[in-house]
Amino acid sequence: MSGDFTREDVERIARLARLELTEQEKTLLTPQLSAFLAYAEQVQQVATAGVPPTSHPLDSTAGLNVSWRDDTPQASLDRTEALSQAPEADVARGLFKVPRVLA
Amino acid sequence: MPLDSARAIVVAVRRGETSAVEVCRTALSRIAAVNPALNAFHTISDERALAQAAALDDRRDEWDRLPLLGVPVALKDNLCTRGLKTTAGSRILEHYVPPYDATAVHRLVAAGAVVVGKTNCDEFAMGSSTENSAFGPTRNPWAPGRTPGGSSGGSAAAVAARMVPLALGSDTGGSIRQPAALCGVVGLKPTYGRVSRYGLLAFASSLDQIGPFATSVADAAVALQVMAGPDPRDATCAAAPVGDFVGALNGRVGGVKIGVPRALVSEEAGVDPEIRTTFEQSIDTLRQLGAEIVDVALPHSAHAIPVYYLVATAEASSNLARYDGVRYGYRAPDAAALGEMYDRTRDAGFGPEVKRRILLGTYVLSAGYYDAYYLKAQQVRTLIRRDYEIALDAVDLIAMPTSPTPAFGLGERMDDPLQMYLADVFTVAANLAGLPSISIPCGFTEAWLPCSLQLTGRAMDEATVLRVADAFERATTFARERPNPL
Repeated sequence: MSGDFTREDVERIARLARLELTEQEKTLLTPQLSAFLAYAEQVQQVATAGVPPTSHPLDSTAGLNVSWRDDTPQASLDRTEALSQAPEADVARGLFKVPRVLA
Repeated sequence: MPLDSARAIVVAVRRGETSAVEVCRTALSRIAAVNPALNAFHTISDERALAQAAALDDRRDEWDRLPLLGVPVALKDNLCTRGLKTTAGSRILEHYVPPYDATAVHRLVAAGAVVVGKTNCDEFAMGSSTENSAFGPTRNPWAPGRTPGGSSGGSAAAVAARMVPLALGSDTGGSIRQPAALCGVVGLKPTYGRVSRYGLLAFASSLDQIGPFATSVADAAVALQVMAGPDPRDATCAAAPVGDFVGALNGRVGGVKIGVPRALVSEEAGVDPEIRTTFEQSIDTLRQLGAEIVDVALPHSAHAIPVYYLVATAEASSNLARYDGVRYGYRAPDAAALGEMYDRTRDAGFGPEVKRRILLGTYVLSAGYYDAYYLKAQQVRTLIRRDYEIALDAVDLIAMPTSPTPAFGLGERMDDPLQMYLADVFTVAANLAGLPSISIPCGFTEAWLPCSLQLTGRAMDEATVLRVADAFERATTFARERPNPL
């Protein structure tokens, strides 16, 4: 599977990940990612029929995995503070500002 | 006042032998003297620290209730600190000032700790050498031409060089334990869910856990005691009761069963001979202290590295989608449209290793590859976990070296990402299984580089991990050694 990993794959996933890559980066990344995927092929050899996937490491340990709370309204981050780290914002109107969506 | 022991500082301040301000000044002058050569600290919060220390000195009526009274602490720079720059070692957050504190930080400060600065780390905690920081590598205090390990290398080096007695890091695949090992200090990764992750910049959410670096197991136990316990702001933070970790340190090892996965620690597995020698000596020491040593098998751990990197990169590709130049952080200038702004912001803001992992994670989650890579990795993760559950039914702890090699040279592995990933061979399984795991100094190589022992226990049983580690530390002198001539 990884033998098929090409420069076009790098370009395709870079688009999905919203990363603009330079040509030099693509040249470097193609063999690096390909080498990791070849190494990771070993997991394909493991018998996993009927084995459930783990998404939470302690999900089988009763009572340890989640702490619930009531869904009651409470004060959250102040709007001005929330906007304070934005590269561009209209604080008075409570807006993040971005470049136009359509070019 | 020496900066060797958090507990000694607390006692001295309470007795009036020193003050929080005086201890803080000592730490700040030590940092000023030593840090330029090591680059352990990325930000030094001197004015704020002195003000905080002065306030503690005034609150005399509370002193008895503050278990970290006047203790200077360093925080890995991926832990949010209100009003204090938090960069995660990344250009994309170079000027980010969080509007809130991480819960773990809040609890340390509420216990009397004084934050003296933020420490260097691999960008977004992705790395095993701290060389992936956008702000230059940290150097190992024992051998400045070598790495301190990573990703929490700055915190490890800060404690090893006695700039602070206590520091926090985060451990996703070994990022507390491996740098602790390479720097000859104690590093503890608690059980997944033991410490709130609120305010920790997320890397891989099913693996990340915050924990302490210290010069002794007892100091690490105090820090865990302060930080542990449920937090309404982190739903994955466990409701399990927090025991008395400090009180558990009774020096007793008799009757404890310790498993050694012989197949993993063999010469054929690529473990450095000196690491193997110190490991075998440590096992002998534990046996002499009264532990029963038995063999255990962890057959699926042979696949732990690829499983870890498949799971961690998938989660990272999702978590790091938030850095888009809209709400915080860097934004590329002069983009004609929103999409172009995203693409250029992320290309300029992220470094090579972060891009590599985002791309890998995006690939293994993408249509057509999800089942073969991500789902398969999660299934093998279950098998790795089950191996540990079975082994820990028969034994109380599992012992391994923390790192297969002592500290490696700066630059040595930067051109070979896969070689760098192998540094985590003994540490990633505890994250995949969510188990508590500690690294403690257990010897030195001929070149006098630290070697370390890793003890992993049952979920939520930090008490046994800490008790046996503390007993080992009392019976040996390795944790008391410090780097020269620093």
